[in-house]
Amino acid sequence: MQKSTLVFLLLLLSALAFQVGRQKSLKAATGQVKNLHSLPVYYGYYTALWCGLPALLLLLLWLLFETPLITQMVIADLPPELASLPGDRLSLLINDIRNVVSGHIAASEPAIQLAADRYRELKGLSDLILSLLAVSLAVAGAAWARQRVVCGFRARNRVESTVMGFLIGSSLVAILTTIGIVLSVLFESIRFFQLVPIGDFLFGLDWSPQVAIRADQVGSSGAFGAIPLFTGTLLIALIAMSVAVPIGLMSAIYLAEYASRKFRAVAKPLLEILAGIPTVVYGFFAALTVAPFIRDVGADFGLSVSSESALAAGLVMGIMIIPFVSSLSDDFINAVPQSLRDGAYALGATQSETIRKVVIPAALPGIVGGILLGVSRAIGETMIVVMAAGLSANLTFNPLSAVTTVTTQIVTLLVGDQEFDSPKTLAAFALGLILFLVTLALNVLALHIVRKYREQYE
Amino acid sequence: MRNPEKQPSTAAFSREHAATVGEVHAPRARIQCRTVDVHYGEKHAIHDVNLDIGHNEVIALIGPSGCGKSTFLRCLNRMNDTIVGCRVTGEILMDGQNIYDESMDVVPLRAQVGMVFQKPNPIPKSIFENVAYGPRIHGLAGSKLELEEIVETSLRRAGLWDEVKDQLLHPGTSLSGGQQQRLCIARTIAVNPEVILMDEPCSALDPIATAKIEQLIDELREDYTIAIVTHSMQQAARVSQRTAYFHLGRLIEVGDTAQIFTNPRHQLTEDYITGRFG
Repeated sequence: MQKSTLVFLLLLLSALAFQVGRQKSLKAATGQVKNLHSLPVYYGYYTALWCGLPALLLLLLWLLFETPLITQMVIADLPPELASLPGDRLSLLINDIRNVVSGHIAASEPAIQLAADRYRELKGLSDLILSLLAVSLAVAGAAWARQRVVCGFRARNRVESTVMGFLIGSSLVAILTTIGIVLSVLFESIRFFQLVPIGDFLFGLDWSPQVAIRADQVGSSGAFGAIPLFTGTLLIALIAMSVAVPIGLMSAIYLAEYASRKFRAVAKPLLEILAGIPTVVYGFFAALTVAPFIRDVGADFGLSVSSESALAAGLVMGIMIIPFVSSLSDDFINAVPQSLRDGAYALGATQSETIRKVVIPAALPGIVGGILLGVSRAIGETMIVVMAAGLSANLTFNPLSAVTTVTTQIVTLLVGDQEFDSPKTLAAFALGLILFLVTLALNVLALHIVRKYREQYE
Repeated sequence: MRNPEKQPSTAAFSREHAATVGEVHAPRARIQCRTVDVHYGEKHAIHDVNLDIGHNEVIALIGPSGCGKSTFLRCLNRMNDTIVGCRVTGEILMDGQNIYDESMDVVPLRAQVGMVFQKPNPIPKSIFENVAYGPRIHGLAGSKLELEEIVETSLRRAGLWDEVKDQLLHPGTSLSGGQQQRLCIARTIAVNPEVILMDEPCSALDPIATAKIEQLIDELREDYTIAIVTHSMQQAARVSQRTAYFHLGRLIEVGDTAQIFTNPRHQLTEDYITGRFG
């Protein structure tokens, strides 16, 4: 039986078990639902869960262990000269066998054809055993659950704790994924740091990640000093924040303090639309509109501006971040209690004095938190800088020249055909690790500040 | 014991009560309110209130919740301007000048008529800055020394100096509730007002802190005119010379505090102070 058919069958059986459990409880209650501990549906769910869950778990385990086990058995049956091949040759052979099994290629030698036949035979057997086991487990589970359904049985509690189990599982998925990503990046980075010393990477001033693939290749030194990338990232983030912070903050003050309710109802969603524009759209806006404009204006002033400049990328990124800053600041300005404003007004302060001396200082922790979140966005942003900032790793603080960022380099290192054990590719993981650590630190700091502030006024 | 001469309380209420019972005029009036009406959008919050507030007197505004006493208080320094949809008509004369006149600037008005709120609301800065803020925005101090002097005098007058003189740079919010409220009073005094409005200044405080504030109000009467909204009738009786009773947006009765509490002339007033409704 195909596994998809089996899953479908198990679901069908569960649905049936639901009915069985429900009917049994109704019968046990002798027509009076209030005799039951739980509502009849809970007995239904209880029976269905006992029917479906164990069988599906068995299926999952089978999926995990079937292929390795069959492979082991096939290897054991191989002629000795093939079975004693070294590890990577053997895995190539296994690949061949699997391809023969799935019918992609024809067997090159009889031994392989023999092994493939054996593989196919084992697989069929395994499928049969699985189907029999799963279905009988489902039926047995349902029968056991049905037999437990009596008036006083606390089916609701059982079902609800199972549901809670699912909820825990779902939240674990996110956490485990994060941990998995961190670990995989970490291990690849450790491999990289075995090839390139960590000091050279963190403090080196020269970035040219081309490494020689053949010994006779020239011009591929393979320097992995990441300082130019860090400065480039910081430069662009700095430009972005010097656009986003004043504009975002001032628009937040206007929206929160001066704007009429009608204007605010229109303007705030419009501002937040900025956050919904895909970054790739910002990217070509930066590359095709802003960058040439800056170059032309620069030429008028007698400045030589490269057509991919940190300024163009930074400006557009700043515009992208405006809604983060303004929306969060606006929320925090609104959260400042009216009584504080009243206190200042009652002393004869004007609206502007009240905002500058009372409202902003009171909302400052929240505003700083919002700005830090914006910074971590700016550092992690990829598409705009890929399209508008350039690739040359110049160590410069001149906003008119092309720079490159950590994210851009990760993209270029991994795009196209790559070998996964060269320092060039591994460097991407090291850069990713640094990026992750920095943004993580910024986010933790920002959330800490924001939370502290929230406690203060609630 | 019901006095047969008293105004009827229910049936003829809307017809009979239109005129306030008691003497609304004060001999040396600092604030004169004439036919004041307040609307919040559609809602008519205050009906035709006439009331004088004299020099160096403490007038208590009492009445059940939602009767408009706080709204009336906030008219006196135009704090209602900050509420969207609030409309005030009629005349409020402050030393003869209508504060709702178009030529009136609210900034000097509010410096002249200070306000203390229900919940202490120190600004999120140091104790010193809280008091120095008002004098600074009004340019009352020529030098740093003068400013320090104003801060010290104001804190002394509010009875807070001895408790905070060693921690002037600590945040104002670090003080206890009663201390914060006295800080707010010091802040109000610092801009040298003529009138101080207090909107239930003790409702968030414990009895000891309340006693301190009440004593302070009594001392401040020497130099200021004070209008205080309170829910505590004992407090009104303790601190005020005159009492005004509001009911459903109307000023029902005004009179000497002693008379209001011992011998109210309007049935509604008597019902309220004897606790028939609250």
